[in-house]
Amino acid sequence: MADAGRVAAAVALGECPIPAASDCVQLVHGAGGEASRRLIDSLFARELGDPLLVTDRDAATFEMPSGPGQIALTTDSFVVHPLEFPGGDIGCLAVYGTVNDLAVSGARPLYLSIGFILEEGLSLATLARVVGSVGWAARACGVHVVTGDTKVVERGKGDGVYINTAGVGWLEPGRACGPSQVQPGDVLLVSGDVGRHGLAILALREGLGFETRIESDCGSVVRAVEALWERGIRPRCMRDPTRGGVVTAVVEIARSAGVEIELESLGVPVRADVRAACDVLGLDPLEMACEGRVVLWVAEAHADAALACLRELDPSAARVGRVRARAEGRGRATLRTEIGTTRWLDLPSGIATPRIC
Amino acid sequence: MRDRFHDPERVRQLAARIGRRMTRGWRIMEVCGGQTHAIVRYGIDELIPAELELIHGPGCPVCVTPIELIDRACELACTPGVRVCSFGDMLRVPGSSGDLHSARARGGRVQIVYSPLDALAVARAQPDTQIVFFAVGFETTAPATALSVARARAEGLRNFSLLVAHVRVPPALEALLDAPEAQVDGFLAAGHVCSVMGLDEYAPLCERYHVPIVATGFTPVDLLEGLLACVDQLEVGRAEVVNQYARAVASSGNRSALELIRQVFQVEDRCWRGLGSIRSSGLALRAEFAEFDAEHRFALGVPQPLPASRCWSARVLRGEVKPTACPEFGRACQPLHPLGAPMVSDEGACAAYYRYRAPGAVEASAVDG
Repeated sequence: MADAGRVAAAVALGECPIPAASDCVQLVHGAGGEASRRLIDSLFARELGDPLLVTDRDAATFEMPSGPGQIALTTDSFVVHPLEFPGGDIGCLAVYGTVNDLAVSGARPLYLSIGFILEEGLSLATLARVVGSVGWAARACGVHVVTGDTKVVERGKGDGVYINTAGVGWLEPGRACGPSQVQPGDVLLVSGDVGRHGLAILALREGLGFETRIESDCGSVVRAVEALWERGIRPRCMRDPTRGGVVTAVVEIARSAGVEIELESLGVPVRADVRAACDVLGLDPLEMACEGRVVLWVAEAHADAALACLRELDPSAARVGRVRARAEGRGRATLRTEIGTTRWLDLPSGIATPRIC
Repeated sequence: MRDRFHDPERVRQLAARIGRRMTRGWRIMEVCGGQTHAIVRYGIDELIPAELELIHGPGCPVCVTPIELIDRACELACTPGVRVCSFGDMLRVPGSSGDLHSARARGGRVQIVYSPLDALAVARAQPDTQIVFFAVGFETTAPATALSVARARAEGLRNFSLLVAHVRVPPALEALLDAPEAQVDGFLAAGHVCSVMGLDEYAPLCERYHVPIVATGFTPVDLLEGLLACVDQLEVGRAEVVNQYARAVASSGNRSALELIRQVFQVEDRCWRGLGSIRSSGLALRAEFAEFDAEHRFALGVPQPLPASRCWSARVLRGEVKPTACPEFGRACQPLHPLGAPMVSDEGACAAYYRYRAPGAVEASAVDG
């Protein structure tokens, strides 16, 4: 870990003694001295288990693929509460979030940096699980964690763990995709059932006791996207439907691309338990966050092959809509409802709050 | 097909039957915000004949909560040692100087709960904090509130109290029918309210005002069946209580819930936001539960005078105009910066229109209106 919290608490703490054996994070862990070093070596380096991780220099260096192409860079911060939830935790989420952003841009994810802001008092066992989860998720995505940073804030000034990740990827010529390439007649696909992550977090955070445990869908979309490229299927545009869910992804692309996109309500895969819970809470599963799904726009000619490819990885992948000719004025999205009527889609107005009756 | 209550074929058949049945135009009010939400979300008003006008009733409980009570909740949240627990959609409803979200941002303690019993659990877990539950809702949520206060008394909890804003549906319908501008021919009563209260309260209204009232559910098939039952009666001049939502509503209601309400609450006059004071339309804690009334427990300030508003929410809540007719709809008034309460909650008529209607319709209707 380069620059391992050298500044944070050093001034404030002065000659704070090194804790002999602690089971929780202390301010001294961020002070850059012996305690920081021990934490890096015994916990971060061990749990991440990445041979390219730099722990003794201020900057990581790494090779990029040769040949024509562009570097893709993205960053994201993660403040999810609770830290651990059914189907994942903040550690794997911090990897998947950034890796998926690279993948849906058409880039092959390669390297990650990771920065931790830890709250004094956080259990080291929890931290080890979270960091282990980062290492596991990075290996699953085929990316290296090459550099990192740790700061510690006083108890009450954080929420256990905050994580920032930045990701570097390689964009080969011909793989760039985005809203400007979306064309009338294109088909909309989704790589799996939607709405689970948002509902899983809400259910846990608010103590909603459902009969069945709803697991987050958090995961990497790299395999799905790479499988498409390998078969010569070229998505015109991809989006990971995180905050605001599928609705937000579709509305934003429709507006950027200046086209009309029709989403087919009955086509969108939503698990029965997710739909039932959303019905009870007055929420729309199409507006709930996913953390391991990709919405893709592909040419009609590629739609069947693309869907077959996605279904090999997740049988719930589905065809969910299509692009229509450019409407007058700005682009817009519509939903064909379960009863066959059509209504406009707009961006969700704020935080999803369950209705009371 | 999702299920039989969303069956596109059945929906089409019902809409066609309504069309065949009608010999003239009718105005039917759906009382509950959940019904308004479903009607607009599924585009049900576009399936039925144009001559059948749906009027959106005042049935969004957070929307009709008076500004003074929201101000009190904000004041309590900012009082040292007090934590206000509230349903989530109440947090965005504006008081005279901000909502509970902004009270929280200023350092107030506000916690979202899904049931008054959750607030009770918070009180048990935090014995040194005064927990105030902002008790909002129609008769649907009143039994759980009653249960929470009954338990608090049984357990001797001294740090739990209620800011009560419960309202009753039938007196509001009566007030609407009494208004000189009343043009409602029939009602779809709120299915969930009826599942608690039963249907007995509605027969006198049918008789006195000669309007049919149909207890109706919330799915597309429910709503169309409710409308058909209303139109059937209107066309032959009948005015009776009909139970479309029999799978959830017993005509005598839920006896144990009714008993809980009776033990804990008494009927009193209540101010509705946008509608003014309505006789016998509120529920207040009985004298023997006065110690659990936050307004008794805390020395609350005198309500601030209210600023003038350009918003037409009062006319919308009375069913006089569609949300899109308001000159501020979609302009100064949007879900992210609402002027009136019906734009705040997803159940509010204005929010439902904003979310599910064509952006182009905003301008056109505003000009027409």
